[in-house]
Amino acid sequence: MVTFQILPYLLEGTLKALQIFVLTLIFAVPLGIIVARLRQSTLKIIQLPIRFYLLIMRGTPLILQLIFFMYFPPFILNFPIDRFLAVILAFSLNYAAYFAEIFRGGLESIPRGQFEAGHVLGFSSGQTFTRIVLPQVIKRILPPSASEAMTLIKDTALAQIIGVAELFRAAQNSTSRLVSIEPIIAAGIIYLVLNSLVAIVFNRFEKKLSYYRH
Amino acid sequence: MASEMVLQVENIAKSFGKLEVLKAIDLTVHRGEVVVIIGPSGSGKSTLLRLINQLEQVDSGKVTVGGQILCENDAAGKAVYADKLTLKAIQLKIGLVFQNFNLFPHFSILRNITEAPIHVLGQDEKTANSKATAILNKLGLQDKAENFPFQLSGGQQQRAAIARALALEPTMLFFDEPTSALDPELTGEVLKVIRQLAAEHMTMVVVTHEMSFARELADRIIFMDQGVIIDAGTPDQVFNSKNERTRQFLRHYSA
Repeated sequence: MVTFQILPYLLEGTLKALQIFVLTLIFAVPLGIIVARLRQSTLKIIQLPIRFYLLIMRGTPLILQLIFFMYFPPFILNFPIDRFLAVILAFSLNYAAYFAEIFRGGLESIPRGQFEAGHVLGFSSGQTFTRIVLPQVIKRILPPSASEAMTLIKDTALAQIIGVAELFRAAQNSTSRLVSIEPIIAAGIIYLVLNSLVAIVFNRFEKKLSYYRH
Repeated sequence: MASEMVLQVENIAKSFGKLEVLKAIDLTVHRGEVVVIIGPSGSGKSTLLRLINQLEQVDSGKVTVGGQILCENDAAGKAVYADKLTLKAIQLKIGLVFQNFNLFPHFSILRNITEAPIHVLGQDEKTANSKATAILNKLGLQDKAENFPFQLSGGQQQRAAIARALALEPTMLFFDEPTSALDPELTGEVLKVIRQLAAEHMTMVVVTHEMSFARELADRIIFMDQGVIIDAGTPDQVFNSKNERTRQFLRHYSA
């Protein structure tokens, strides 16, 4: 078993992958909410650039965006960028686009009557949003958001393309160095474990919000 | 009839794009009065309620609620609204019961009722809870407090929605086709509650297609068609109207 030998190395890669995962969520979720609200603007001057951003981010490969953020700043803008920073930048902007559309879908699925009932009962629009609309939106967007989070776990493997040594790179290196397929299988198991945890966390949230099944 | 005016609508007009939904509408409601508005679909009945409830904007005209001016015309004849504080004060004077209930699905029935008193009026939770419980008792929903809206029948949901509106202790209650979304066998329980409120001299404006209910309960009936008030008067006056349009409409319902 070579796996035990290289396990510390794999875990180091796992830690890097988790850093990318957590930081991306921290930036992409709030940014996604803002983008969703802006996308709903009736002002063309706001809506059109947002739609362009959504098209670029969802219409080109993430791997291409990673390379872009790695090489665009040093070669065109003339300032070097840290590899890890480029990864976080590309991932956050990319995932914010997907979260924005999930969030917008949730927001637009709430019947008008909910907003109107809030208004008639004297809630401010802020209160109507946080007390009445948002909890219902969160319930509806949990399943697609869970899928997005699981995809993100797997997508961290793309960071290696600009030389960030995450889990997949670590496994691949070990595989060629040791001429064994074990490290790749071990990495696969680690991804599975991580995503099981993501699924469990989201399931908990869903259960908490299952106000249709009491 | 007590003469204190709680609502006065003067010459209001409203268009959606090119469509004139309301034209020169006047309406006065006195304390304790039950006014029923009838008319074919698209006659502007619901829009009238929604304008007074600030869910739509008046184009021109004046609305006064309990002595406070909601909006009135500027020199150019365009409606100008009062400041935010006044708007909110007026909002709280009028309760609105929707056709589709619009209960909050993520709250229990009790919380549906207490959420606004606590977070809008600033009542403490204990007070709000005990007041809500009293209202639920009155409307026969005492055992539903902990249930969620989806667990209730349509009639129960509508009664809970009425309870929610009552919890803010409005001076007036508006009903926008409160039984139109209900099965015929469930309308009775909702009408019973409205009847009960009428007996307590709650001021109410009810938009409905329930003609026998209108006839029985209304102090005054208003018949609207195509954005104008065609006929208004006591139930006897309206049901025996000489107006051809009114007669035609009512024939439709008695057939």
